[in-house]
Amino acid sequence: MQTQTPAPSAAPRIDVDAVRLDAVCKSFAPARRRAPAVTALQDLTLRVGEGEIVAVVGPSGCGKTTLLELICGLTTADAGTIDAQDAVLMAQRDLLLPWADAVDNAALALRVAGLQRSAARRRAAALLVDFGLGGFEAARPHELSGGMRQRVAFARTLLAGRPVLCLDEPFASLDALTRLQMQDWLAGALSADPRTVVLVTHDVEEAIVLADRVAVLSPRPGRVVATLEVDVPRPRNRMAPELVALRGRALRELAA
Amino acid sequence: MRALLVVLVAFGGWEAYVGLGGVDELLLPAPSAIAAALVEDRGLLWSNFTVTALEIGLGIAAALLLGLAGAVAIHLSRPVRRTLYPLLVTSQTIPIPVIAPLLVVWFGYDLTPKIAIVALVCFFPVVVPTLDALDRSDNQRRKLMRSFGASRWQTLRFVDAPAALPGLVTGAKLSLAFGGIAAILAEWAGSESGLGHLVLQALPQFETARAYAAVLILAVFSVTLFGVLTLAERRLLPWAKIAG
Repeated sequence: MQTQTPAPSAAPRIDVDAVRLDAVCKSFAPARRRAPAVTALQDLTLRVGEGEIVAVVGPSGCGKTTLLELICGLTTADAGTIDAQDAVLMAQRDLLLPWADAVDNAALALRVAGLQRSAARRRAAALLVDFGLGGFEAARPHELSGGMRQRVAFARTLLAGRPVLCLDEPFASLDALTRLQMQDWLAGALSADPRTVVLVTHDVEEAIVLADRVAVLSPRPGRVVATLEVDVPRPRNRMAPELVALRGRALRELAA
Repeated sequence: MRALLVVLVAFGGWEAYVGLGGVDELLLPAPSAIAAALVEDRGLLWSNFTVTALEIGLGIAAALLLGLAGAVAIHLSRPVRRTLYPLLVTSQTIPIPVIAPLLVVWFGYDLTPKIAIVALVCFFPVVVPTLDALDRSDNQRRKLMRSFGASRWQTLRFVDAPAALPGLVTGAKLSLAFGGIAAILAEWAGSESGLGHLVLQALPQFETARAYAAVLILAVFSVTLFGVLTLAERRLLPWAKIAG
């Protein structure tokens, strides 16, 4: 496995596939003996261009997390092909280490990549300042608010240096107001440091505010039942009529 | 503070019980007699205490090192878990007096067999909470580390080992409770010095107060170390109380 890929600094080429899944199937052994196997994904096909932000929305338990784990190479498909550039996962829970301060937490992937602690901390601290966390470098996770913790987790994800970010409901555990703020913040952070993003969420508005394209998944077994282009320039106003209209369409597809 | 009050009240009741002739003083000396023995025999008690304290200290240190290594080995390897873990439980069921003479034959009358016995007794209470903490270390965090391309060793170093530290401290605390008894039993199997040796000599000489003084010193020693550990835990691992 490649340990450190520089983030694509050249203009991303959206016509190049960063992630491509073709007819992917994945099922899980039953939790109990004699229970039927659970099919999480069935014939799922999805492509994400370089630099593109694709949101995947779907009902609970439709295999969204499995999809991201497949892209990140954390699990293997039963059938179909997966072709993806190096990807890193950001989970719903921030998974910060409670014994480490904000800088050490953000620097975790750099340490794994073999950087010395001091060098890793320098890079992580600089990014935390960019993320508005200056002054909280020495704070332990329990001293940070939910939004701050997610920003540290996102810094850690970015510093993994992978071209593809797989975000698994990154704001689901935040309160509604913080979630809105974090969505706007993430949009800004991604325009400053563009990456290919696969964003899994069950929040349709979040998908439409952030993504270039929204893939709607069916209930389990999950497959893509509709794809919506969000051809709206950024920064986006979530009350703009075209966004509201798209939101309605996405909700109808989900209900179908 | 409240514990101290309980001790004071208990000592008062004890003093009255013995003073009123409730029991033969050779069986149960009054606290005042124990206090007198503490002062009178202070040189004797101190020199034997240092021996026992060294046995306990080195024995627990060995148990912590071996216990940590054992817990990591069991955590990392399924075959080791299958073979070693049941044996570990078995080892804990061996009564010390059964094997103590053997250890004396192997290692002689000096410190080594006592340290071995303390280590043996404390090994299990160190391994179990440490291994529990390692195993409970968040699965999702491990997935995250894999997503970063971390090796097993890196995952252990950055995620699992720090998560296991509170378990190791719990093991050390349990060791303090078991280590004292283990050292006394080890000395009873054959020794030339130590608080256990002193107790063994004092009882047939009807120096019951001296024996109780030796036990008191051992208790104070254990409680003090326990307190130090608890303080250190609070200072060094404050996160352990807040999040897992």
